[in-house]
Amino acid sequence: MAADKVILLDLYPSMFGMRARVALALKGVDYEYREEDLSNKSQLLLQSNPVHKKIPVLIHNGKPICESLIIVEYIDEVWNHKSPLLPSDPYQRAQARFWADYIDKKMYDAGRNVWTTKGEEQEAGKKEFVGILKQLESELGDKPFFGGDKLGFVDVALITFSTWFHTYETFGNFSIEEHCPKLNEWVKRCLEIGDVSKALPEPNKIYDFALTLKNKFGAQ
Amino acid sequence: MGEVKLLGGLGFSPYVNRVEMALKLKGVEYEAIAEDLKNKSPLLLQYNPVHKKVPVLIHDGKGIAESLIIVEYIDQVWEGPSILPKDPYQRAMARFWAKFIDEKCISATWKACWSTGEEQAKSKDESVEALKFLEDEIKGKKFFGGDNIGLVDIAANFIGYWLPIISEVKGVQLLTEEDFPNLWRWANEYCSDNFVKEILPNKEALVARFKSR
Repeated sequence: MAADKVILLDLYPSMFGMRARVALALKGVDYEYREEDLSNKSQLLLQSNPVHKKIPVLIHNGKPICESLIIVEYIDEVWNHKSPLLPSDPYQRAQARFWADYIDKKMYDAGRNVWTTKGEEQEAGKKEFVGILKQLESELGDKPFFGGDKLGFVDVALITFSTWFHTYETFGNFSIEEHCPKLNEWVKRCLEIGDVSKALPEPNKIYDFALTLKNKFGAQ
Repeated sequence: MGEVKLLGGLGFSPYVNRVEMALKLKGVEYEAIAEDLKNKSPLLLQYNPVHKKVPVLIHDGKGIAESLIIVEYIDQVWEGPSILPKDPYQRAMARFWAKFIDEKCISATWKACWSTGEEQAKSKDESVEALKFLEDEIKGKKFFGGDNIGLVDIAANFIGYWLPIISEVKGVQLLTEEDFPNLWRWANEYCSDNFVKEILPNKEALVARFKSR
């Protein structure tokens, strides 16, 4: 491929931005990572994503693509020489998109409730969160990955949330491994893949970020 | 090609209607099965246990849920006019706008019509902001898909057909020719298209349905 210019506008603790990082790493794409300050968004971000003004944004040869799962599908389609993320079978593709969509609809808000609320609200949040993980665990079944024998689209959509598990567990005072041992095994399996673990931030860094945020905005 | 069934067919849902559009575009024969959402059928609960919603497409005994996912599935499986563009960047753009319509336009405009007071005022502002983006996107194009109907046009069916009807019933002005001339033009173009016309639910029936809410 002729010299491709790829830029990723991102924020290191964003589980959505991480999806793009993992996909790019799996495909062996060279790119320029740019950390955004969301309290002072860059001109490039505002120009590239005028509708949502959010990260991540992938800019490929000057053309911006927004929304993390759309970015991952784009990466999969353009750099199709290795590590296919979506299955080629239409039904399997539809299933992969369904579960990625499920993760998008459910995980973020449920997770956020776990680490930002207290008392009864937090207990309800934990219950919901564990319920979602159990649903995903059931979908994983006995497969090594959601994508089957190899890591796929749904794995990329979900693995990024694992960087936040330590944060959820600490603030929520519970153990994800205890409730969802199979999912925990799956996380370990994914992190054994060099491209995946190198693209993801350390859970402790995420915890520090969350703590700083919590202190900044006051305990709720 | 195996048997095709559509759960939620013959109803008033814009989400189901998207699937009906896609099936018609590809000339697929299917069995439309009506669903009473207050009394969900065992078939629905079996094929969409996670969300228990319509539409659900059952093809060859396998169920697919979520309207836009179903539309992409239909585009992949059956020959006929392409619903999504071939170019990866254009595809990403189509998916982006379809998602935008789902997440930002439909709920805001729906709320703007059905709520009151402060909530309505807020929803109206959100609706105007969202519709402005669509207005810019449709400028200079016959359809969002270009010369032919594509994914975004299908996704925008609520905006083109349902919204004007609800607006009329509730007396809430949102998508006006004055404020959104290009989107207005698209809505008329889309709803009077011979193909689309045949699949949209009957206007009188829809009006009656909204009046009785």
